Amino acid sequence: MSDRSFAPWRDPVLWLAAPAVVYLVVVYAFPLLLLLAKSFVGPSGISVQQYIVFMDDPFNWRVVGNTLRVAGWVTLICLLIGYPAAFALTYAGTALQIVMLVSIILPLSIGAVVKAFAWQIVLRRDGIVSQLLVGLGLWDEPQRLLFTETGLVLGAANIFLPFMILPIYSVVKLIDPRLSEAGATLGASPLYRFTHVTLPLSLPGVISGIAFVFSMSVSMFVIPSLLIGDRFQTLSTLTGRSFLLMRNEQLGSTTAVILLVLAVAIVVASSWLGRRLGGRT
Amino acid sequence: MTAVERAVRLFVWFIAGFTVVFLMTPLVVTIAVSFGSSTVFTLPPPDWSFRWYERLAGMRGLLPALLVSLQVAAISTAIALALGTLCAIALVRGRFPGRETISTFLVSPLMLPGLVIGIAMLQGFKAMGLRDVYASLLVAHVVITLPYVVRTVVSALSLFDFSLIDAARTLGCSYQAALLRVMVPALAPAFLTSGMFAFLASMDNYPISIFFTDAWTKTLPIQMLQYVEERPDPTIAAISAGLVLLAVVALVIGDRLVGLRKLADF
Repeated sequence: MSDRSFAPWRDPVLWLAAPAVVYLVVVYAFPLLLLLAKSFVGPSGISVQQYIVFMDDPFNWRVVGNTLRVAGWVTLICLLIGYPAAFALTYAGTALQIVMLVSIILPLSIGAVVKAFAWQIVLRRDGIVSQLLVGLGLWDEPQRLLFTETGLVLGAANIFLPFMILPIYSVVKLIDPRLSEAGATLGASPLYRFTHVTLPLSLPGVISGIAFVFSMSVSMFVIPSLLIGDRFQTLSTLTGRSFLLMRNEQLGSTTAVILLVLAVAIVVASSWLGRRLGGRT
Repeated sequence: MTAVERAVRLFVWFIAGFTVVFLMTPLVVTIAVSFGSSTVFTLPPPDWSFRWYERLAGMRGLLPALLVSLQVAAISTAIALALGTLCAIALVRGRFPGRETISTFLVSPLMLPGLVIGIAMLQGFKAMGLRDVYASLLVAHVVITLPYVVRTVVSALSLFDFSLIDAARTLGCSYQAALLRVMVPALAPAFLTSGMFAFLASMDNYPISIFFTDAWTKTLPIQMLQYVEERPDPTIAAISAGLVLLAVVALVIGDRLVGLRKLADF
């Protein structure tokens, strides 16, 4: 390891990376590029015919609308709960912090099928949510939330919430509390201290949280299959259906490429924003 | 403390409590239903019973699916640990350009939609002539498990002091013995935690596995979703409760090895 006189690309350690990189290039990158390339090939050479056909159909626009609307609501709810929750997690005493960490990390290692099935039970007419809302006097009679858009948003927000809390928490716990105290010493009001000190410092975490939750909500497949059913299609469920049920590979690869581009765009945009704000991404 | 600060504090504690209850709801509901006697998911259950657990033995397709899942998860995790550790050493020790790009590339399967990766692999494997379902499933699952290993082992290795290996050699160890007796023990917690979470990710995967199943080869989540769609009854909750237990065990071991707070690192 001591000899640094040779060219860096001849560094022998480099070859240790080769098996993993070659493996992923062959079984992961190549198939993705193939998918991408095939979607731009028509009967007579390169074409965007598939995308024109896709955009011509108003049904498909409703599907895109459904996808973005649901993902938007899920992200908003996760942000509204997750932002204060990340602060609570940071400043909680040891016992509460452990309880919170367990309830955040434990669901992460449990599959979507298990959690979505649980939400099928929670969202029934005689389920917990319905009982709770009737008990609080907000609803006059029990209602079924399962197979409604509200139910889908609620279930998905529950399943993705840890991915909002953890990135925000990882940034908030690094904020020096003395900064806010210094602001107080200088006579800044609590609100001013929050909007001018704490909020800007927490933004990198917020951005990566939003990016995680939004991209996962756009591409979720199991959750909508179980919580809303076939009448409501998103880009992801349409992609799955066109391959698994309708055997319409043309439509499926078009929507798959749209999903892929959306996901990459979210990653790129969020890391660009994160860098601009001077935080870690 | 001003009234505003008190209100904010109260709000934050309220949110903390709400978050815990909200996040634990699906797990608690699953377990409660699995031990209930009601066929129609009545909560709280009218009576407690083990009847759904007793019915597990007679469920068609459950045991084969569980075995496929355990096998695929174990083998793909083992392969990922080998490939991932070698690569992590290169990323931490190497001085070549593009290390950042390589590490982003290796972790990227976590950031892209599983369904899209699955479809791409389905077509790509076909183009490459790989038709065996079980082999495809295994090859695909290494892609799922590899990011967990690379991420954790890279961060553990960057804290490892490589001069310890030189020290061991000065003291008379052979290079191999130094690696085995110094580096491997130091990295053991990282191997165990990343292996465990990679294993769980493989066990739980649905959107990629769905493209590599046939009548004989089904993973547990695929089989479970089929049960849910055909005939939802609390037997599925009993299977779920088993998976929750597995996750609890993993969490306890992870806490012992690296600590809860480290597990929350993002």
